Amino acid sequence: MSAPALAVIAAPVTSTGGGETFLFWVGAIVSVLGALGLIFSKKAVHSALFLCSVMICLALFYMAQGAIFLGVVQIVVYTGAIMMLFLFVLMLIGVDAAESLTENIRGQRWAAVLVAVLFGAVLLGVFAHAQLGPFAGTDAANAAAGGNVQSLAHLLFAKYYWAFEVSSAVLITSALGAMVLTHRERTTERKSQRELAGERFKRYEKDPSTIVTPLPSPGVYAQHNSVDTPALLPDGMPSELSVNATLRSRGEPRDIRPLPVPLPREAAGARAPGDAAADDDSDAHLEVEA
Amino acid sequence: MNPDNYLYLSAILFSLGALGVLIRRNAIVVFMCIELMLNAANLAFVTFSRMHGKLDGQIIAFFTMVVAAAEVVVGLAIIITVFRTRRSASVDDANLLKY
Repeated sequence: MSAPALAVIAAPVTSTGGGETFLFWVGAIVSVLGALGLIFSKKAVHSALFLCSVMICLALFYMAQGAIFLGVVQIVVYTGAIMMLFLFVLMLIGVDAAESLTENIRGQRWAAVLVAVLFGAVLLGVFAHAQLGPFAGTDAANAAAGGNVQSLAHLLFAKYYWAFEVSSAVLITSALGAMVLTHRERTTERKSQRELAGERFKRYEKDPSTIVTPLPSPGVYAQHNSVDTPALLPDGMPSELSVNATLRSRGEPRDIRPLPVPLPREAAGARAPGDAAADDDSDAHLEVEA
Repeated sequence: MNPDNYLYLSAILFSLGALGVLIRRNAIVVFMCIELMLNAANLAFVTFSRMHGKLDGQIIAFFTMVVAAAEVVVGLAIIITVFRTRRSASVDDANLLKY
């Protein structure tokens, strides 16, 4: 890059270009609405999605401000990994865990709103009254080592080398901590298949209605083959046993409408006359005799 | 537009995150609000980095992300452990130390 061009780029920024202004206002509205949605949505999964939208807006802001690599990392690490972890835990502990609306401390909610508003006012007032100098812009700093990533690498592996090393220790410790916290010791020995079968037959001795054979598997049809679909018995009735007990207790299994089976007479009529003689149906015999 | 507006936005997002931490009971949503506060702080770091024309602010934002990742991993593990023993993810139900 030539020296005059660099000087133009490195000039202090007091006002952003039209594109960035547009991006800022759109992104600011979306991110503030997303933050409000995060706080006030009833379902935790919706909160997670709102937080994702806020994070993507922030990633765009980072990129607009010259922090290209940080913007990409924001999307990959925050929206990709951390929010996935949140959703994973949400699914694990039940998405529909209702939140209690009773206040343990009376008036706590309004006090919280008041505190947050005052805190925000203080922060905004500090920024409004601070002597913020003109913005130098990151273009010169980015161009110093040939690009945003290279300049960051020069800083990270030289000036902040020690913090970088320590952060690896933090990550390893947290991974170990998560494993230790979620580990569960087995208090009883796991039963083998042989012992389970023995117990089942002992129960059968006392109660002959116990089913000792494996339960029938759920139905597989052209229309659906999910586990809540009951299998059909030879007489066309859905088999209750083929659906998991949890699904059965939660609601009725999926309704099965079997395809119309042709009546014996229609089936016989559709066949060749010679075949009809083989039927032991009395009607067929009559036809042959006639 | 004055680039200072990024700072105002980060202040608003931080306050909203603090509000969420104070009024929500679901431990996971409280955690998400903490993430929002960390993100707002990161936005301020990046804006200050642009103001000073140095990349140190972006490096600090990276370290914030590292710490946030570690914190989320351990925090969610704690939430799962509490949920296993108390069958609830509400911050009001974890009150054994109170009595």
